[in-house]
Amino acid sequence: MIKQSQTLRALLPGDALTGGGTDVGNKAALSEIDASCRVPVLFFFLSGLAWLLAGTVLALVASIKLHTPGFLASWEWLTFSNVRTAHLNTVIYGFASQISVGVTIWLMCRLCRIPLVAPGLITVANLFYNIGVTVGVGGILIGDSTAIEWLEMPRYATPILFISYALIAVWTIVTFRLRAERHLYVSQWYLLAAVLWFPWLYGTAQVMLLIEPVRGVVQASVNWWFAHNVLGLWFTPIGLASIYYFIPKVIGRPIHSYYLSVLGFWSLALFYNWNGMHHLVGGPLPSWMITVSIVASVMMLIPVITVAINHHFTMLGHFGKLKYSPTLRFMVFGAVSYTLASLQGVASALRSVSEVTHFTHHTIAHAHLGMYAFFTMVMFGAMYYILPRITQREWPSNGLISLHFWGVALGIALYVVPMSIMGFIQGTMLNDAAVRFLDVVQFTLPWLKLRTLAGLLLAAGHGAFVINVGWLLVRMFEPYRKPVVRILTGEAETVAAAKLP
Amino acid sequence: MSYGPLLFLGILFTLATSWVGLVLLPHRQMGALGQHTDTNTAAVYPAARAGEAQQGAEHYRSLGCVYCHTQQVRPEGYGSDIERGWGRRRTVSRDYIQDKTVMLGTMRTGPDLTNIGERQADAAWHYRHLYNPQITSPGSIMPPHGFLFDIRAIGQAGRSTNALVLEGTFAPPAGQEVIPTRRAEQLVAYLRSLKSSGDLPEAPVKKEEAK
Repeated sequence: MIKQSQTLRALLPGDALTGGGTDVGNKAALSEIDASCRVPVLFFFLSGLAWLLAGTVLALVASIKLHTPGFLASWEWLTFSNVRTAHLNTVIYGFASQISVGVTIWLMCRLCRIPLVAPGLITVANLFYNIGVTVGVGGILIGDSTAIEWLEMPRYATPILFISYALIAVWTIVTFRLRAERHLYVSQWYLLAAVLWFPWLYGTAQVMLLIEPVRGVVQASVNWWFAHNVLGLWFTPIGLASIYYFIPKVIGRPIHSYYLSVLGFWSLALFYNWNGMHHLVGGPLPSWMITVSIVASVMMLIPVITVAINHHFTMLGHFGKLKYSPTLRFMVFGAVSYTLASLQGVASALRSVSEVTHFTHHTIAHAHLGMYAFFTMVMFGAMYYILPRITQREWPSNGLISLHFWGVALGIALYVVPMSIMGFIQGTMLNDAAVRFLDVVQFTLPWLKLRTLAGLLLAAGHGAFVINVGWLLVRMFEPYRKPVVRILTGEAETVAAAKLP
Repeated sequence: MSYGPLLFLGILFTLATSWVGLVLLPHRQMGALGQHTDTNTAAVYPAARAGEAQQGAEHYRSLGCVYCHTQQVRPEGYGSDIERGWGRRRTVSRDYIQDKTVMLGTMRTGPDLTNIGERQADAAWHYRHLYNPQITSPGSIMPPHGFLFDIRAIGQAGRSTNALVLEGTFAPPAGQEVIPTRRAEQLVAYLRSLKSSGDLPEAPVKKEEAK
């Protein structure tokens, strides 16, 4: 066994510490951990991907409806509002949250170096979670939406979600408590935080908005405290934990700085949760609340720059590896997008910028830069690494991997860049009372059509990925064949050969 | 940083700060905000909505109007809300205390509706607009809400009094008429009840404009 110095321990994921690919005992332990995660994590990934496909179709319908309002207009359950809301809820609660939980469980077990404690229970809870999402999205489509952004699922669906989530979270925390590896890697801080923060956010929002609704605009402040924190304290930590794990793991190099990772984590924990009211700049709330959120949003520069230095400096000099590892490619795309999304977020929180961009498509573009270009890309990257390990099969098609990457990378760029610009112009026009409102509407039309095109590219990418995953699953039932080209099952040092186009 | 309990406490403490600051404190500050009684006229603002309009608010929620229409007027000099005639003054917390679900909105695909009841009091306009926005606002991207109307044969007694007056391509086939459903009536009652321009100490209406 290679002895690791104390400093290096803090900078590398726990499952990379001793021996690496050369130690047979270590490999066996990792393979036992992967086996314990197989059923629940596969279940999370597959149901998450099913919701991704549903969410993609809903997104396309919503996008078309916005420039062609007569499209499917006679069906009440398919109004723009219903489809748009069903899209948000399928991709947030159906897709992103389930992939997050799958990735969290696997990372937690790997970093704690123990097999998952209750895989059966987690799988059952996940089944109920999917029932909850189905009931919730169905409720939205039949007009039972609460019209509270990010919390639209009706009251009869949310308790199923909350209880199933709680069961999954409890067993994740138990796994953490029983960890064999006592050293805590930076990814574990973020994962533990996300798992604990989410139920607090969701529980508070449930009680104060759905069960015993508070009065007046306090609803708006609770709404945005919740909705913004779902991004910042649920998805962001899991995304960052993944980047902190996979970049060092794939390139075989420790993270740039331990101190920056500590600073980045605690400054995110301190400042992010105060950000939500920047969604209400100019709104009917006391100025102190909005000002506090703007200040906290600017303070986000600290964690964002810290994490950016840590991620990008770790990558420095290793960009050549992007050619070979799909995981790395998606991760680095996500890490760069995180920096951009955060800087855009800080800027839009300022009163002078918000005056223009608030109420426009700029905010929609920003949401997709964060949720898709950052978070979803990171999750794709994580799945490219995890799926071959839990199924013990190689990815069947390099071509499909490339199609996936280029489809979604170009698609999201074609979505975010034009929509950000369009939103800014739209806001400038709205703020000029001499411009007729309907002229502003007409101005947005060609841009909205461009968005539908971007959506088609994203859909093509998703299709390619799902076909590849399906193919991989088919291979699970075939006898194991030693892959001709080892691009994925090997640890960092064996990454070689087949170059992705 | 490998000490679990410290990490655990830190995670809980950080979120607790904003939970107190942005959830509990605002609830304490504004959760019990009441109506304002004008000392001169004894008028109470904001008044409770009539039952019909309250039902309409539920349809507004259910149809998801909030995803394209805001209900908030930003202060004078910040954006052009007041110049566009969307309100005579900014909206403040007290304007919303009668709303079961507060639907401030975050997107202006369509115009703000805070004072739509004042800006467009004509119910017939609202019916035609909901039936097909192209009738009243050509070029709009608002979806037609035909499902809020019944198209039926004109009865023996002749055209119903509440039938929509539709011309040209929008008119129903000969011998038929377009009648608002109960839902459409309630929704329009709600839209016409949307007025947030009462004179408040915290948001006075400019005297030369307030009549």
